[in-house]
Amino acid sequence: MKFFFFKNLTELLGKGEKNTRNGSFIMGIPKELLSFLLIRLMIITIFALSWQGAAWLIASPDFPSFFAVLNSLHFHLVEGEMIANLLVTLQRVLLSFVIAMLLGGMIGIGMGVNAWLNKLTDSLLIILLNIPALVTILLCYIWIGLVEAAAITAVVINKVPTVVVMIREGARAVDRDLLAVATVYQLPASTTFFKVFLPQLYPFIIASARSGLSLIWKIVLVVELLGRSDGVGFALNTLFQFFDIAGILAYTFAFVLVVLLIEILFFKPFDKLVARGAYCD
Amino acid sequence: MIELNVAIKNKQYLNNFHTNQNKNSNNVVLSQIEFTVKRGEFLAIIGPSGCGKTTLLNMISGIESYSGQHISFDNNHPANSNPLGYIFQQPRLMPWLTVRENIELVLHVDQYGQVNDLLTEVGLSGKGEYFPRQLSGGMQRRVSIARAFAINPQLLLLDEPFNSLDAPTANRLRQLLMNLCQQYGTTVVFVTHDLQEAIYLADRILFMSNTPSTIVHQCKVGLPQPRTFSGVAELEWQVQLMKKYPALLSGKIS
Repeated sequence: MKFFFFKNLTELLGKGEKNTRNGSFIMGIPKELLSFLLIRLMIITIFALSWQGAAWLIASPDFPSFFAVLNSLHFHLVEGEMIANLLVTLQRVLLSFVIAMLLGGMIGIGMGVNAWLNKLTDSLLIILLNIPALVTILLCYIWIGLVEAAAITAVVINKVPTVVVMIREGARAVDRDLLAVATVYQLPASTTFFKVFLPQLYPFIIASARSGLSLIWKIVLVVELLGRSDGVGFALNTLFQFFDIAGILAYTFAFVLVVLLIEILFFKPFDKLVARGAYCD
Repeated sequence: MIELNVAIKNKQYLNNFHTNQNKNSNNVVLSQIEFTVKRGEFLAIIGPSGCGKTTLLNMISGIESYSGQHISFDNNHPANSNPLGYIFQQPRLMPWLTVRENIELVLHVDQYGQVNDLLTEVGLSGKGEYFPRQLSGGMQRRVSIARAFAINPQLLLLDEPFNSLDAPTANRLRQLLMNLCQQYGTTVVFVTHDLQEAIYLADRILFMSNTPSTIVHQCKVGLPQPRTFSGVAELEWQVQLMKKYPALLSGKIS
């Protein structure tokens, strides 16, 4: 749903730009964009209405109405600690994301380039890849203690293997012919790495970043639920204790919004960087 | 300018994929190759397909190496530490860099001013901001030629660079190459399987045999410059050579 949404959005924005040149607008907004927004708005309205209707029909306390969820969202935003919890979770997510990507990237490149290192660590990678997230989280809490470092370590250990797997494939697929150009023209090692080697890995990096972020969100919540006294995971646990279903859904809503925002702000610009030179107008 | 001495004995294929197999089997690609290229000379090397021409260039350029090789440069300009240009069979441009960035890649920051002149020289002025995929094959090759000349090479290696181009484009690029080589006074090793091309361009031609390769014949092209591609005198010269050694192009002297 999310990807579909954004694919359409960019396509339409693209068309909108072209139309701006041709000059078909309504009230300063390109026509295509306007119709796109109207369609989206309609879909959201239909979704909300059918939810509301279903809630009335079922009339069960386990299925709160759309308005109840909105009310709960408003309540948690204004009077509860939703903002604080979201920020704490976001902080944990970003920190573990950055560490996992850097660590996984380095190990992945090492394994992809060096066959000997790959042979040495391959089975370890398979093991780490398949250890349940819950086991690592529990062990980290037991061994390191119920502290922030344990939470971050647990998330990183869970994420690194998947990053390694993807980056390794990228590093294996690197074009030796282009590296030979760097050798012949005696490019400095840093230039070779950043201008010749790394750009070939961008698609793999962005794939692992996308899948990585979604995985990390989920694991961070479990980590918070098990051993932290703040964050979205902790809040969800509390709401579960009170059987506050509207609250849980409200948190989910807020969560989805943050994820979409990150997608627009961080991944779209990076996508453009990856696509550099890949197609022509 | 630079003088190049090459002596290679029993060079085997690179066995990346099956290092343990074929250890003692007969996979020598270059059996014995010895030659010298004088300063400013344009040397063409002709050999049948798969005789190790590219391997030879890779060894001169330092991409491949092994213990039995003696390749030495007699450099007039020891201050210039980067005297080697290589124009590959494929243009090998970085697709994520623009044409300008591709050339800047091999230069120092203080040399970036030359890029415009270079692009003009190869007839690509105003194309600097294009990405390689937006250019035709011939244009991409011109970029790779510009990149090779950007570093002011003392020695230029070319590996069948005009393959798979249409005849007029290939001719234009050959002319461009000749002009640039004369202008820069570059020593050139040019690998091809096209005898007409070699006669048009080279001062001297080496003929290689099939694997395990040796040099079966070498001759100076005794025709005055400027020459014409497939001109009367050039074709006559070629006929003479072919009459004398009918199987020369397949790597046999008799």
